[in-house]
Order: sequence, then C-alpha cells, then structure tokens
Amino acid sequence: MPWEISSEKSVYLQLIDIIKQKIMSGEYQPGQRLPSVRELAADAAVNPNTMQRALTELEREGLLYTLRTSGRFVSEDGNMIDGLRMTGAEQRTKEFYLEMIQSGFSSEDVRRLLEKAIEEAEEK
Amino acid sequence: MYKEGYVMECKGLSKKYKSFFALYQVDLKLERGKIIGLVGPNGSGKTTLIKLINGLLVPTEGEVLINGTAPGPETKARVSYLPDNNYLSNWMTVTQMIDFYGDFYSDFNKEKAYDMLASLGLDPKQKFKTMSKGMKEKVQLVLVMSRDADLYCLDEPIAGVDPAARDYILRTIISNYAEGATVLISTHLIADVEKILDEVVFIRDGEIVRHAAVEELREQYDRSVDALFREEYKC
Repeated sequence: MPWEISSEKSVYLQLIDIIKQKIMSGEYQPGQRLPSVRELAADAAVNPNTMQRALTELEREGLLYTLRTSGRFVSEDGNMIDGLRMTGAEQRTKEFYLEMIQSGFSSEDVRRLLEKAIEEAEEK
Repeated sequence: MYKEGYVMECKGLSKKYKSFFALYQVDLKLERGKIIGLVGPNGSGKTTLIKLINGLLVPTEGEVLINGTAPGPETKARVSYLPDNNYLSNWMTVTQMIDFYGDFYSDFNKEKAYDMLASLGLDPKQKFKTMSKGMKEKVQLVLVMSRDADLYCLDEPIAGVDPAARDYILRTIISNYAEGATVLISTHLIADVEKILDEVVFIRDGEIVRHAAVEELREQYDRSVDALFREEYKC
C-alpha cells in the first residue's frame, strides 16, 4: 500500500485511511512497532505534524497504542482489526451497489451479476 | 531546551530600493515547530524577506526579530540559511567545506552531514568544480540541514533539481530539521512542497496577502493550495 496522497483533499484524512488500510492488509501486523513520526512523514512526504495528528486519531480509535518509552505499536486486538476490515468491506460493497443503481441497474440485477461473478471466479 | 515566543517576528517591516518598495509594512509571526511555505511569484519580495531575517539587508522601516532579538552574531548562530545562489568555492572538496562549517558553527553535526551525503549519493572527496548545478544544490542543502538551528531559511531549495530529486530533497528536510525548530521554505513551485507544509504565507508586490494553515485552506476551498495560489495570482 503506497503513500499516494493527493493535495486536493485533507492530507490528515488521507493518512488515516492509508494507515488503516495498511493495518487491514496486514502490511502492519498486530503488535508491530511503527517507525517514528519523522520516518513515517518522510516516507509519505508529508508534514510531520499532520502525520502526528493522524496517529493520535488512530490511537484514540484504539487501532494504535503508545508505550511511553518504546514507541508506537499496532493494536493486538484481533476483534478490532476484524471490525475495521468488515467496516471497510461493507463500505466498499455499499459504494459498488450505489454505483450500479445509479447506472440504472435494479437490485435484482446487481444480485444476479454478483452471483454470476462469484461463480465465474470460483470456476477458475 | 524549550523556548518561548515566536521564532521570528516582523513588525511593520519595509525595505526600499531607491524609490521601489520590495517589502511594504510586513507584519508576520512564525511559530516554533512548523514548516512554513513562503510563496509568491518572481519579484514578490521572498528573497528580500529572507535576507532581512539573516541580517544581509537592513530594514528601511520597522524591525525583524529572531528569538526576540534583531539580527546579529547571536541570531546567526541560531538561523541556518540556504541562499538562492551557489556560494561554494570551486577549489574545495565537500569534506573541506564540512570542516569549514564545523569550525564556523558550533551546532554543526558532521556525522549527520556525512550520513545525508551518503543517502543523496554524493562523494565527500569530490571537488565543487566538477559538480553539476543540482549536485551543488544538494551539498548546500546538506550543509544547512546539518545544523541544530531554531530556524531554517531555505530560499528556493528545489528550484534547480529534477522532479525525482525534489522528493528526495523534501524527505531530507523532513528527516533532518531539529526538534522544535521552524523551517521557512520560499518557492514559486507550491505544488511540489505543499504536502510538507503546516502553513503558507502568500506574498505579492512586497505585501503579505494571506497567512494560513494549509489543511484549513484545503478544507475551506476544497482544492489544493496550488490551485488556490494560481487563482490568487492570476493576472
């Protein structure tokens, strides 16, 4: 998951999304120690204070935690990470569904197309 | 050491060249621990302001204060300045220049300088005579970022380098400025630097037309600071 950040939108919100995706995809493993704020900011080529704010928000949400002396870590709470993945999956499914409806398909069409796509994928 | 007050403050600062005001009645306060873009078209007063901060020019009116003090030996020891031109002597090698800086500035960190040179792919034994413009600019940046300053004034740090090297330079700045210090970056290429900024100062015809947090500008106008800059300055 590369740090692809657009300057059209809030960098802070984009950073939160990307770090969440890194946790969901397992690029950041549960319990893993994260690089320092400076290193993360340099990797992403963003402002260190903005990176700090994003990390603080993720801590507030419980996805990250800080140990006073040894740094910042990814939560080891598997339920929370599963929850995050489900929320992400539901969100993307919803977006897909709405896009199909807006393109003029009925709910029944979407269901049938999805089932067909799954069948085809499983056959391969 | 925790320091209080603004790292840099201008009060009614003007600079007149003959009958032309390069800066007019500028009031500006820079907080500590921020990366701030000084953005404006060519000839808007960016370099004049930076030279005043560094004591290379004397105000016509008003004052500029660094850590509450007018520019002098005391403030120069706390401000690290990257000029917009090449000042390296052709006969010197990078190592000689690093020794020179080490003698001059007590806050200069040689180890850090050599680390940065290595990560930018520069050879310390090379003479400046044989270096390209882009390489010299990188060396100058290394010299400036190896100091443990309160304020870094970078005048057009990315102007002469190719787009791939720009990212590298921005990363070098982010990774190396001292904890709690402020970085002032002047540029007319806002698109390349806006993601690393906390704040932006727009300057036009010697006057500050806007000083704001970049994230707030993005939220307020729903577009990049670069797009806003183009609108602000269109003729």
